Amino acid sequence: MSFLDYAPAPESRAILSLRPSYGLFVDGEFVDGNGPAFTTISPATEEGLAEIATADDADVDRAVAAARKAYDRVWSKLSGSDRGKYLFRIARLVQERARELAVAETLNNGKPIKESRDVDIPLVAAWFFYYAGWADKLDHAGLGADPRPLGVAGQIIPWNFPLLMLAWKIAPALASGNTVVLKPAETTPLTALLFAEILQQADLPPGVVNIVTGAGATGRAVVRHPDVDKIAFTGSTAVGREIARATAGTRKRLTLELGGKAANIVFDDAPIDQAIEGVVNGIFYNQGHVCCAGSRLLVQENVHDDVVERLKQRLTTLRLGDPLDKNTDIGAVNSAAQLERIRELTAAGEEEGATRWSPPCVLPEAGFWFAPTIFTGVQTSSRIAREEIFGPVLSILTFRTPQEAIAKANNTPYGLSAGIWSDKGSRVLAVADGLRAGVVWTNTFNRFDPASPFGGYKESGYGREGGKQGLAAYLAPSGGIR
Amino acid sequence: MTVDGSGTGVARPGASVVAGRALELLDAPVTDATLRRYLEGIPGVDAVGLEQRAAGLATRSIKTTSKRLALDRVIELIDLTTLEGADTPGKVRSLVAKAITPDPSDPTCPRVAAVCVYGDLAAVAIDALGPFHAPRARAAGATGIAVAAVATAFPSGRASLAVKLADVADAVAAGADEIDMVIDRGAFLSGRYEQVFEEIRAVKEACRRPDGEDAHLKVILEVGELVTYDNARRASWLAVLAGADFIKTSTGKVASNATLPMTLLMLEVVRDWHRLTGEKVGVKPAGGIRTSKDAIRNLVTVAETAGEEWLQPALFRIGASSLLNDVLLQRQKARTGHYSGADYVTID
Amino acid sequence: MTRLAVPKTYKLYIGGRFPRSESGRTYEITGAGGVFLANAAQASRKDARDAVVAARSALTGWSGATAYNRGQVLYRIAELLEGRRAQFVDELVHTEGLAERRAVGVVDTAIDRWVWFAGWADKFAQVLGNGNPVAGPYFNLSVPEPTGVVAIIAPQAGEGHSLTGFVSAVAPALVSGNTVVVVASRSAPLPAISLSEVLATSDVPPGVVNVLTGSPAEIAPWLASHADVNAIDLVGAGDLDWVQLQVDAAETLKRVLQPEDGPGAPVPTLARISAFTETKTVWHTKGLL
Repeated sequence: MSFLDYAPAPESRAILSLRPSYGLFVDGEFVDGNGPAFTTISPATEEGLAEIATADDADVDRAVAAARKAYDRVWSKLSGSDRGKYLFRIARLVQERARELAVAETLNNGKPIKESRDVDIPLVAAWFFYYAGWADKLDHAGLGADPRPLGVAGQIIPWNFPLLMLAWKIAPALASGNTVVLKPAETTPLTALLFAEILQQADLPPGVVNIVTGAGATGRAVVRHPDVDKIAFTGSTAVGREIARATAGTRKRLTLELGGKAANIVFDDAPIDQAIEGVVNGIFYNQGHVCCAGSRLLVQENVHDDVVERLKQRLTTLRLGDPLDKNTDIGAVNSAAQLERIRELTAAGEEEGATRWSPPCVLPEAGFWFAPTIFTGVQTSSRIAREEIFGPVLSILTFRTPQEAIAKANNTPYGLSAGIWSDKGSRVLAVADGLRAGVVWTNTFNRFDPASPFGGYKESGYGREGGKQGLAAYLAPSGGIR
Repeated sequence: MTVDGSGTGVARPGASVVAGRALELLDAPVTDATLRRYLEGIPGVDAVGLEQRAAGLATRSIKTTSKRLALDRVIELIDLTTLEGADTPGKVRSLVAKAITPDPSDPTCPRVAAVCVYGDLAAVAIDALGPFHAPRARAAGATGIAVAAVATAFPSGRASLAVKLADVADAVAAGADEIDMVIDRGAFLSGRYEQVFEEIRAVKEACRRPDGEDAHLKVILEVGELVTYDNARRASWLAVLAGADFIKTSTGKVASNATLPMTLLMLEVVRDWHRLTGEKVGVKPAGGIRTSKDAIRNLVTVAETAGEEWLQPALFRIGASSLLNDVLLQRQKARTGHYSGADYVTID
Repeated sequence: MTRLAVPKTYKLYIGGRFPRSESGRTYEITGAGGVFLANAAQASRKDARDAVVAARSALTGWSGATAYNRGQVLYRIAELLEGRRAQFVDELVHTEGLAERRAVGVVDTAIDRWVWFAGWADKFAQVLGNGNPVAGPYFNLSVPEPTGVVAIIAPQAGEGHSLTGFVSAVAPALVSGNTVVVVASRSAPLPAISLSEVLATSDVPPGVVNVLTGSPAEIAPWLASHADVNAIDLVGAGDLDWVQLQVDAAETLKRVLQPEDGPGAPVPTLARISAFTETKTVWHTKGLL
C-alpha cells in the first residue's frame, strides 16, 4: 500500500442538522416564498440537501419594507456601540458554530473542508469582529464627522465563497447603520440561511437583515427596487454591467466586485519553491472559483521550462475528491453550468494551439468535477488568456523584461489582482506600482484580511471591501457629498 | 544509482569523484569565491511561504490504515539516540535493547534503523547488537540495526581538522556504520565555504574502510545556528556538493532543532539534486521530534516533496529518543482500540 | 484715432497643441446682447478620439511624476493665472456678462482653488491611504492611485461656471495623476481656452489636459462610450441626457460622477479627488529567516 494513498479522513456531517426546507428570512422570521421552491444540492454528489424558497417581486418588496422599517425605527436610532455589540455577538456565534458552518459550506459549495474550515469561516468571524469595532468609531472613517448611513442596502453575492461574501457585505453595512436585504447565490443558499438562525440567536432586531433566496429574477427585483438606497454586488462582470445600467440615473449608490484575469508574475530570481506554491494556491485554491485567481502565469522566459516542470511535479500531489475529506485539495465544481463553461473554454484553448496538461487524476462518477489543468504555449490573444474561466485552469505565458511583464499583466479589461514573485525588493515595488490591479500580492497570493481593502480597477468593478475603505461604500459624509 | 539492501545508506561517489563533480558544477576550482558564486546563485527562500507550505502539509489527516502504516514506518526510520555526557556502557546497552525490541508486548513491532551514540561508545553498541548489527544481519540475509556515531568534535565542531579526523577515524575503526559529522558553523557564517567543503570531503575520505564497507556520512548543518533558511539551503547544497550521503538538521544540542519548515527545505534540496544529477541524498531531521503526530507530519512532508521512495531508511531518518515510546503508545492504541499508558512501554 | 484690435482665434487644445476641429466646424460665441465675440472650434467625435489618445499617452508620465512635482506644476498654474487676471476678468465680463467686480471674485476663487488642490497632491495619499494591520506576517499598504483617463463635462451654467466651475472639475482629477479630456462650457468657452493657453505655457505636460469646445450633447456620448476612458465626470451634464450617458458608461464599468448644480458647483472637496482614484493594496511577506 502506498503511504500517499491516505486513508479517507472525512469530516463528520453529524454536526450539521439541516431542515428539510427553508423559507425566506424576512423581518426576523422564516416565511414562505411566493416563487417555486427548488432543491439545493451538493455539487460533489448531486444529492439534494434541502428545499429552498424563491422570492418573487412581492417577497422582495416585503423584505425591503421590513428593512426600511427596521432602518427608520430601530437601527438608525441605535447607538454605534450597540450596533457594534450586535456584530460582536454575531462574530462569536459564528465562531461557536464554525465547524457546522464549514460542513454546510463544503456540502453546498463543493469546496474542500480544509478551506471552509481553515479559511472561509475563520475569516467570516474576523470580518464581523473587525467591523463590529468600527460601528462606534465612524467619525474616524475618513469621511468627516458624523457620516450618515445610506439606508437600505441590497446585496447580491456569488457562490464561490458563500458565507464569506455574506460577511463582506453585511458586516460593514450594519456597522455603518444600514439595514440589509441580501440575496445569496442560487446554488449556495444554505449557509446564509444558517446565518439567519445565528441572527435570531443574536437577537438582532427583526428586519435589520433580510435574506431572500432565488435566482437571477430575485436579484433583479432587489436591484430595481425603488426603496433600496445602495446596491452591493459581487459576481460576474456581465451581471455587474447590467446592474450598473439598471442603477444609472438613480441615486442608488453602487459598489461592484466583478471578474478578474490576474497575472501571477514569476521572475527568474523568485524564491522558486514558494513561487510554485503561490502559483498552485493562486489558481487551484477553491477549484479556481476565485475572482482574484492567478489564472495567467507570466513566467520569465529563461526559467519557463524549470517552472513548468516543477509545477507539474507539484500538481501530481494535489488530491481531488470528496470535499468533506480533510485531505482533499481540489473539490467539486459548483454547478453543471460552471463545469460546462470550463469545458468550453479549455476546449477553445486546445483549438487555439495551446498545450494542455493535467496530472493523472480519477474524477468521481457523480457530481461536477474538473481536473487541475495547465496550458503552456498560450498567447496573449488566446481566449484562455483573456476570458475569466473561473475554474482550475492555468494559462502560462512568458515575458522577457519587467516592462513586458507589466504590459502583459495590464493587457486585459480586468484589474482585480496580481502576483509578483521576486527576491529583489526594489523591482517588486516598482512592478507593483506599474500594475493596474486593486490587490497586488508579492511573494504570496490569495491572502485576505478584513483590515485589507479588496476590489478592482477597470472592469473588475468599483469600490473596496475591507478596511477603512470598505466603510465608504456604506456611508455618506454628513456634508452631503454624493 | 542503486540502493543497497541493508537499508543503511546509498552508494554515493567517493571523495575524489565528488571533487570532480563540484569542479564541473562550479566550472572552476573549489574556492570560497567559486562556492559563494554557486551557492548565492541558488534561488532564495521566502520564509513566510516556506512556513505556510509546511503548515499546510501539517494539516494532512492521517487516519486508520494510513496511520498504522505510518507508525510502523516511523519506527523503521528512527535513529534511536543517546548523546549525553553521562552516557555509559550500561545506558548504551539499554538503548540497544530497546532498539532491538521496541515493544516487548508486540512481536510484530518493527525495529529502528540505527542507534546513534558518541564515537567512544560505538564499540559497546556493536557488541550489544551482536547478530542484530547491520553488517552481520545482512550477511545472514536480514535487516539489522546500524550504529551511527557522532564525530568531528560533536556538537560544537570547534576543534582542529586533525582532531576531527582522528575522531572520525576512531569511530570508523570501532565499526561505526554511519558517521554523523557537524559542519564548522563558524567557518560557514564567516564565508569560508571552501573550508567547510574540504572538511566534509576529508571526513568522507576518513569514512573509507579497507574492506570497502565505507561508513555513510551524515552531515549535520546545525540549522539552529545558521538561523536563516537561506543559510540552511546554501549549507545543504554545500554539504551535498561535498559528498554528504545524508544532510541532517541538528545536533539536538541547541535551542532550535528540526522544525518542519527546515526539513521541508532540505527535502527540496535533495529533490532538486536528484533532478540535477540523478543521485539520491538522504535527509535526517533530528532533535525536537517527540510525538507521533510530529513524526507523521515529517513522513507526509517527505512523501509530498521528495517522493514516497524517500520513505526508507536509506534516504530518511528521524533522530530521536523519546519519540519511540510515543509511537509505541499510538501503535498500542491502534492495535487494542483503547488508549495505553506510560507504564506499558519500556524506558531505555 | 483708435487702433484696430487684433481678434483672437480660439482653438481646441489637444496633446499640447492648438488644432482646429478636424471637421473644420466653428460656432459663434456671442456675449451679452448677442454681440459677436469669437468663433470657437466645434469639436467632433474624432477630436474627442484624438483627445483621448493624447490623454492616454500622457498618463504614464503624469501619474508617474512625484506627488511633490505634480503639486509644484499645479501651483505654477495658479501663479500664471494670477499674472493673467485681467484677461480672465475681461473674458468673464464679456462671455458670462458678469459685472467686473463679480468677475474679479470669480477669477480669485478659481486661482485660490488651484492653490488648494495643488496642495493636496502630496497629501491625499496620506489621508486616503493607510497601512493595514493584517493578521499575518505581511507588510500591507493601501494607496490611492489615479483611475486613468477622465472625461469631464464641465459646468455649463451658473455665475463663474466657465472658469471656476471648469477649474473645480479639472483640478481634482489632475491632483492624483489622472489625465483629462474636458468639454468646456458651450456658451462661454473662452476662459477655458485661455486657461489652456496658460496650461500650454506652464509645466503641465502635453496631453495631461485636453480641452474640447463645441456641443457637449454631441461629444459626451462618444466619451461616455469610449472604451479607453476610465471615468466620466458628468458634473455639467445636467441638461443632457445624462442617464443615457451613465448607461453608456456602464459598458466598460467607468466610474461616474453624476451632475452637480448649484452656485459654485462643483464644490471643491477631497471627495472629488478620491472619486477618480483606485485603492491599490500591496501585500508583501515579512520574514526574518
